[in-house]
Order: sequence, then structure tokens, then C-alpha cells
Amino acid sequence: MAISVKQVEQVAYLARLELTEQEKQIFTQQLTAILEYADKLNELDTEQVEPLHHILPIYNVMREDVVQPGPPREETLSNAPLVEDGQFKVPRII
Amino acid sequence: MELYELTCHELKEKLDRKEISSREITQAFLKRIEQVEDQIKAFVTITGDLALEQAEQYDAGEPVPGLGGLPYGLKDIICTRGVRTTASSKMLENFIPFYDATVAARLAAHKGIMLGKLNLDEFAMGSSTENSAFYPTRNPWDLDRVPGGSSGGSAAAVAAGEVPYSLGTDSGGSIRQPAAFCGVVGLKPTYGRVSRWGVMAYASSFDQVGVVSRDVRDCALVLNVIAGHDPKDSTSVNQAVPDYTSFLTTDIKGLKIAYPREYFQQGVDSEIRQVVKNALKHYEQLGAIVEEVSLPHSEYALPAYYLIAPAEASANLARYDGVRYGLRDLQAENVVDMFSRSRAAGFGDEVKRRIMLGTYALSTGYYDAYYLKALKVRRLIAEDFQKVFADYDLIVAPTTPTVAFRIGEHTDDLLTLYMNDILTVPVNMAGLPGMSVPCGFVNGMPVGMQIVGKPFDEGTIFKAAYAFEQTTDYHNARPNLGVSK
Repeated sequence: MAISVKQVEQVAYLARLELTEQEKQIFTQQLTAILEYADKLNELDTEQVEPLHHILPIYNVMREDVVQPGPPREETLSNAPLVEDGQFKVPRII
Repeated sequence: MELYELTCHELKEKLDRKEISSREITQAFLKRIEQVEDQIKAFVTITGDLALEQAEQYDAGEPVPGLGGLPYGLKDIICTRGVRTTASSKMLENFIPFYDATVAARLAAHKGIMLGKLNLDEFAMGSSTENSAFYPTRNPWDLDRVPGGSSGGSAAAVAAGEVPYSLGTDSGGSIRQPAAFCGVVGLKPTYGRVSRWGVMAYASSFDQVGVVSRDVRDCALVLNVIAGHDPKDSTSVNQAVPDYTSFLTTDIKGLKIAYPREYFQQGVDSEIRQVVKNALKHYEQLGAIVEEVSLPHSEYALPAYYLIAPAEASANLARYDGVRYGLRDLQAENVVDMFSRSRAAGFGDEVKRRIMLGTYALSTGYYDAYYLKALKVRRLIAEDFQKVFADYDLIVAPTTPTVAFRIGEHTDDLLTLYMNDILTVPVNMAGLPGMSVPCGFVNGMPVGMQIVGKPFDEGTIFKAAYAFEQTTDYHNARPNLGVSK
């Protein structure tokens, strides 16, 4: 099915991706093409088919609730673009 | 024969007999890299000094059987402590992990020698390595052609003799397809066989770490080291790891091989079909039982994959928010702008496209029509394979519908590019192990034969691959690279 530029803008907002006007046009075309291709799936009757989320028969893998050492603070902060007082710094939120 | 032309097991024999040191082997590969890397561009980062240091330590210590003392390269999506790991993305251009991925730690503990980090399609999204944010990698058999992808650097480096083996990742064909394009062996193990911990996630229900090597024995040696349960990856399976070299025999009498008719139809180059049909005849001559079967839902695997994988990617890549690591727009004054602009600047087109597609497929009103529908089709595809494996040991098919295409040939034609994975994606949909082995040439370019096995039965794949390899000569062919002095 075809999607509109307006839908692309909404999806970009949900995905937290700032798009240029040109990107919006291109993605509108390309996503429409891919989704039209995906419509091929509607040839199949899947009314009685259970979705397959994961191929391994593994459910709720638990481990003992034991405290493990974590990485040192300097290491976890070592790749952060902005740090202050040993913390990640972000723009004002409230 | 030059050292860089040898397989791991050949190098290891020389190393164990003290004919040569790990340092000399490492130097030989570093020299080869110096000679051909300008043409191939397989690496993102070369760690020559680190490699020589590791080699000297190896020579000074106790020998380690298997692959100890031998060099390798890692796809640059596998985290390495203290060594930049970029996913070939501007987003992570300066990212230096403070831990090793489990597979990297296993190779290091095994006293392997890391030569560097190999180029890929950004975040493993692509089939040509043209989506690297840095530069495309070139196919050693023809420098105007792509090496395949997303593990294009991993395959090209092995084919060019820059590393004797490498690790890659395969979510829809990303090891097998480049291995086929570059004329080397590529294995995607069963989903859950190898830990994914510390490997940057693209599509978590498909991603699997695997091996690129010169021959089948080397591939078994590498899987021996990297396979096994990891408590840090809850999807890695706690099941005993056999010695995969124990399956390397040429006696395959009575082995039941199925070839799916859907993989030998229109859309797959007729010359490739012929090459793989010849390989099937060869299997019959070796005593295998070869029969045609049907995997009726094959044509639906690709459209389903291009909904599920982007959906998973859109969730996985939400972590790149400019806060804890990665590129950040420092001008943004509020948090939403910081997220949106950092991501806009850090991600390339294909990554953005898949995030958009996945976000759409998961969004209210479209979830059932697209995402859930695709998961139901995924079950039908997995059941197709189960039915065939009730009667057969292996499935054999071409790995790719064409040989390596030219750089730039498909950049404007997304769906044609996606079609490249049409023969490999179904295997990931079902989580099965699959290997591509060289089985011939079309117009001077290598052709890969894909051997698919039952879950956790990599052993039978090794057996069939080895029997084919040892009774043919394709694995000994090497590309001719002009060497700059």
C-alpha cells in the first residue's frame, strides 16, 4: 500500500530521526515500493497460523540473583559525548 | 608458496614444528596487507603493533593447539576492548569498547593474533559493503565488483590473503553471500550455537556470528573455539560442542541430500544453476542420495524478512541516542532535537530506511497487517524446512542468484539489491545452520554452493562440505592481485 509524506513525517518523529525535505520524498517512494512488495504476503491465508517470534524453544531464561561486579564508572563514561561530575550530561529536560 | 597463501592448518603445522614463529607468520600477513589493502579496502582498522606484541607473547609461551598463534580479523561489529569498533557507521566512528565480545574474548584466550577490524555494510545492513560509511570494499577477483555483504571485509580479506580466517555475522546471508562472491568458505552456525554478547545487534532473532575461511577444515577449527553456551547471552544454547574436525571424512555414502526446486528457478542465473547441478551430480558419484524436494513458501521469505528484521533493527538502534556513546549534535537545545539530529547525522541512508520501515511496521494500526503477518509467514517457512528434514540430512542449493555484481550497479534499485539474499534469508528465518563452499566459476567469478543442515547439526554440513572440497579443486583457486611494492 502507498504511504504519504505525512505518514513518513509521523514515523520519523516516532523513530527520532530528523529528515530533510528531500529524504522525506525519497523515503515516501521507497517505503511505498517495499510495502507493496510486502503485500505479497497477503496471498497466504495465515488465519490459523501462530506467529513465530523466536526459533528456539527457550522461555524465560533465569539466573541466580547474585550481585556481580559492574564496569568501573570511568569506563562506562569513557565514550560519552558530554560528561559532568561523573555523569552523562544531556540538555535540560524539565 | 607464500605464507599468506596457506590455510590455518598448514600454518599451524609449520608453527608447531618450529619451522616458523608466530611473529614471522604475523609479519607475512602484515606485509601482504601493506601490498594489497589499497586495492581491497577490507579493513576499517589495522592493529599491526598489537598483533606483533601478541605474536611475540605467543612465541615466548606454551603452544596452544587449534588456532593458537595464528592471525585473524574480526568484522567491525564485534566489540574489542581498547580497539575502535565502528559498525562502519559515522555514529560510532570514535567508539572504543571497554569490553570484548564473547567471541573476541574466546579467540584472545585461545592466543589468536588479531590483525584488525574488517569493513561491513553499516550496522550489517546491506549485501555489497557499499553501505559502509567509510568506503566500499572491493572483490579480490575483480576490483570493479562488490565483495558482497554485509561481511564483505571479512570475505575479501580472506580471499586476498590478508588474513587466514575471519569472523563475520549473518542475519540474512551476510556471511554466506560474501563468501560465495569471494570464493571462500563461509559458515552461519545454528541460531544459538555461538554467543552474540558484545556483537552490536541488528536483528536479534536472526543475527548469528560465524566463520569465513579458506577451507572446510579451517572453518571447523574456528567453530571449535567460538561455539558454546555463554551465560551472558540468554539465546545461546547450553548444548555440548563436538570436535567439528571429527566430521571431516570423505565417506558420504547414503547421505540424503535434498535440493529444493524453488532454488533452481527463474530469478537464479541459469549458469549458476548449472554449476550447482553439476555439484549435485558430483555428490551422487560420491554415493549420496540426491533428490528434488519443494519448499513451497520460499518466495515469501524475503518480503517477510524485510518487515521483521527492520522492526527488530528499529528497536535495537534506538540505543544510539547521543547520550552514552556515539555521535551527538551538541547544538541541540532540547532532548528530542538532540536524539533526532544526532541520529540524522550519524546514520546512513540504508540504516535510516530500515529504521523507518521497522518503526512503521510496528506502529499502531499496522502491527497486525505487517509485523504479525510476517511472523506467521515465518512459521510456514520454518515448517517447510522441518518437513524436508524429516526425510533428508541436508539441503543443497546455490548461495546467490548471481555472481558478484559491479560496484554501483544496484545502488538505485533497492528491491533488486534485496533480491540478492533470496536464497539465504529463508535459512535465517528458520534459524538453521548453513555453509557456502566454492563450487565453480561463471565468467571468471566464483560461485558458492549452500549446504543447509538441521538445527545444531553443523557436523553433517562439515562432512558433506569436506567430501566435496577434497574431491574437487575449487578451493585452491586464488585471485590474481597485482602487488604494489
